[in-house]
Amino acid sequence: MYNYLKVTVLGFLSVLFLTKASLSADLVITFDDLNPGPKAAFENAIAQFQKENPGINVIANNGDREEHKAAIRNFLIADAPDVTSWYPGNRMRPFVKAGLFEDVSDVWDANGFHEDLAAVKPTMTIGGRQWGVPYSYYQWGVYYRKDIFDKLGLFEPNTWVQFKYICDTLKKNDITPITIGTKYLWTAAGVFDYINLRTNGYKVHNDLTAGKIKYTDPRIKKTFEYWAELVNAGYFLENHASMSWQDAVVPFANGEAAMYVMGNFSVDAYKNAGLTYDQIDFFPFPEITKGVPRAEEAPADAFFIPTNAKNKSDAKKWLAFVARPDVQTEWNKTIGQLPINSKASVSDDKFIQQGFETLNTAAGLAQFYDRDAVAEMAAAGMEGFQEFMMKPDRLDKILKRLDKIQAKVYK
Amino acid sequence: MRRSNHLKYSTHIYQKNKLVLSPWLFLIPGIIFFLIYVIIPIFQSIWVSFYEWDGLGQAEWVGLANYVELLDDEYFYTSLKNNFIWLVLYLLAVPLGLFIALFLNQVVFGIRFYKSLFFFPFVISQVVVGLIFSWFYNPNFGLLAHIFISLGFEPIAILSDENLVTYGIIFAGLWPQVAYCMILYLTGLSNVSRDLMEAARLDGAKSWRMLWYVVLPQLRPATFISVVVTIIGALRSFDMVAIMTEGGPYGSSNVLAYYMFETALSEYGFRLGYGSAIATVLFFIMLIYITYFLWRLYKNEKGI
Repeated sequence: MYNYLKVTVLGFLSVLFLTKASLSADLVITFDDLNPGPKAAFENAIAQFQKENPGINVIANNGDREEHKAAIRNFLIADAPDVTSWYPGNRMRPFVKAGLFEDVSDVWDANGFHEDLAAVKPTMTIGGRQWGVPYSYYQWGVYYRKDIFDKLGLFEPNTWVQFKYICDTLKKNDITPITIGTKYLWTAAGVFDYINLRTNGYKVHNDLTAGKIKYTDPRIKKTFEYWAELVNAGYFLENHASMSWQDAVVPFANGEAAMYVMGNFSVDAYKNAGLTYDQIDFFPFPEITKGVPRAEEAPADAFFIPTNAKNKSDAKKWLAFVARPDVQTEWNKTIGQLPINSKASVSDDKFIQQGFETLNTAAGLAQFYDRDAVAEMAAAGMEGFQEFMMKPDRLDKILKRLDKIQAKVYK
Repeated sequence: MRRSNHLKYSTHIYQKNKLVLSPWLFLIPGIIFFLIYVIIPIFQSIWVSFYEWDGLGQAEWVGLANYVELLDDEYFYTSLKNNFIWLVLYLLAVPLGLFIALFLNQVVFGIRFYKSLFFFPFVISQVVVGLIFSWFYNPNFGLLAHIFISLGFEPIAILSDENLVTYGIIFAGLWPQVAYCMILYLTGLSNVSRDLMEAARLDGAKSWRMLWYVVLPQLRPATFISVVVTIIGALRSFDMVAIMTEGGPYGSSNVLAYYMFETALSEYGFRLGYGSAIATVLFFIMLIYITYFLWRLYKNEKGI
């Protein structure tokens, strides 16, 4: 008994001393993706960073994305890590405004990021300063079952008419044209964004999400008219409101549905569901209004330094590290996304290649409805989109409600 | 010398007022924690409801603006309506629990085992109950869908139908709640006086009359607790909604407790003032309901 006690006490003391001793060089990094690909990429990068900086004791925490979203307000104030992953655009705005994120413009200046990371610089910038460093972004578009298209003699569409023809053909062959799971709402926003970008272009998207255009504006109504063509014809998966985006992969994988308007992170899910690369392919969302320059959705993920971080100098080393061309190349190869650093090389994966092509030729890059719009507006808007997809005849009522909320949010 | 005098004196005060003071001495720890964790937060929350505050920046005094906004908020009315549906239907747990308790209150081989089976849903977490029922209702692979298909019907997506979703969640919520009421009644039943029942039987009371006039009055404490617990459970129904639908589709299964969370603390919310206003409304609804109930009970007790 006595011995046992002694050992416990000694153990306690040694733990205390150890933490004390290493405190000076601890670097706590919080990340938010437990999916196999991103998890591996993050862990590899940590290992490499640790190897390059033996003086720093890196403590990496990786957690669930939704939990991270719920927890960040608390830990930024109460118990801040030295680095945390988060999102640019309107998602970082409240924290920047509240002074909870550190200005990292000096990291941008010192490493030539203004040129190398130019693609997403606007969304990382508030008040002329940069607040974080992005490590990855990805394209959105239409993923489709190439084998099914081939069997039915269908080709990648370039125009809205062709797109509807494809939907119609699939429907006649008892295949759901477009799979979607709107339980968590944001997937519907992806469809809305694309139809809106193709109907009205990049500027209208930005003006709408900035609260400068009403939802009852004729241009936005036009967007919904196009969307209604798909909804009323029954081109979307039934019961989509009970399904998450992962659930909606199932009909896509077993051949009951043929297209998916999604981000490139979904490719991993298709592969895990048993699809091979020959069976799936990608095309950019087709043109609707002739002559509208093609803008794309390309949400970026980034790292930030909380103002309350304890070890900011090492944290800045990490930010410089994750934006390095070789690191971005490796990281994005592992997660199947696009590096932002223009000096990084792109993996030869066919989706990455197509995404690279799509984004490089785009006239503008949108973040995403729920990152471009203010949070409260985004929540109401996405609920409205889901309601519209289930009850398209309520459109006027929905748009009026969104106007009301918009007036309240952007006063 | 003086010290002992002092001691004697203070013992004397305590001795004199022993009966008055002792209960308070025992209550103090409880009262302190109740104040810190329940009473004070209630007033803080009411106070916050007069501000516009995102939890990070400066809070701005807006007076009654949050309440005015509530009056014109469709989502608030949807949630309020759903709360009342919850309140009414959730109370079914009380008679259902009584029924099962009466049924299980017999001496058969292995009755403890059956009792524990019925009690099981109350032991597992509400989150698990919610998950099980979301799978059960799932229109693609759920058990319910298979039952519908085998009967030749189209499966219904209960959790994404704005008219059915609330009932679907309440049904799931009833499962553990019935078990809870059942346990309360089972303990009550073990205290029902045999003599009274014997006497009633001699007077010719049978089945329903026996239940209504002899057994139920003796179960009144159990009924009281069941009803109060069920009402509170219905009004703060949060976990089920959060797990099964997150208030969806498009807010149609929202209840006040979840709507409050959504506006004040969720990914797209952080209007703490507005959320507090919702909480305040919910608090007063509970207060009125429970005060009414306690008052009636008090009157009944006095009547006897």
